Amino acid sequence: MTSHVEHASTWTGRLRDRFFGALPPDKLLPEEQPAYVASWIYVFGVATIAALAFVIGSGLVLTLEGPLWYHSSSVGHYVNSVHLWSVELFFLFMVVHLWGKFWMAAWRGRRAATWITGAICFLASVGTAFTGYVMQTNFDAQWISTQAKDGLNSVGIGAWFNVLDLGQMLLFHVALLPLVLGGITVWHVLLVRKHGVVPPIDAREEETTS
Amino acid sequence: MNTHFLTWGPIQISIANLVIIGIGLALFALAIALPFPKGRKRP
Repeated sequence: MTSHVEHASTWTGRLRDRFFGALPPDKLLPEEQPAYVASWIYVFGVATIAALAFVIGSGLVLTLEGPLWYHSSSVGHYVNSVHLWSVELFFLFMVVHLWGKFWMAAWRGRRAATWITGAICFLASVGTAFTGYVMQTNFDAQWISTQAKDGLNSVGIGAWFNVLDLGQMLLFHVALLPLVLGGITVWHVLLVRKHGVVPPIDAREEETTS
Repeated sequence: MNTHFLTWGPIQISIANLVIIGIGLALFALAIALPFPKGRKRP
């Protein structure tokens, strides 16, 4: 069999070689992790992803059924609450994950991009949650959007991020920002797989090989 | 709705938000302090 690594002449071949060169299957889906990963502080990253799955799942049901349903029916209220509380847990887990990684200096060992994509995920999540508040189609949303418009206008972005435009906020919340957030989250997880979980600061060299 | 706030100089925070931050800090401390259960041995 000829090796395709040296001979890829098409962009699909080069992309495949680059992807599987950086992330061979045993690195992409490993069965074991280094001993230091056996700590509760390492659980919060995956707990954040689990909460995000609940956020997206409940959000899809809300999208299918619409505001009249989630404002007026008991099942709608329940799914609305699942969406809210999975967001609360998402942020809680993400903040504990952030604290843990900050105190581990998790950008060590060529992991700067992992740290930066995580930070961007956090900021994108704040924006996504905010657009969720202003598109609830209730008095709460009206109050938040009329308060927020002055802040956004004062920093000069009100024309592009118009919180009084329900259509824009709705599409930001259900299409644009989830795609951005989902994409950066996948990138973040792939970078964790590529570079491995950061070792403790005082770990010896032989302990850091996975 | 009757929301309770704590005010300290220029800082104002609702009790609910303060409780959430407290839970986060407690989770962080417990995650550091509590031992992690040992996994089953692979053959």
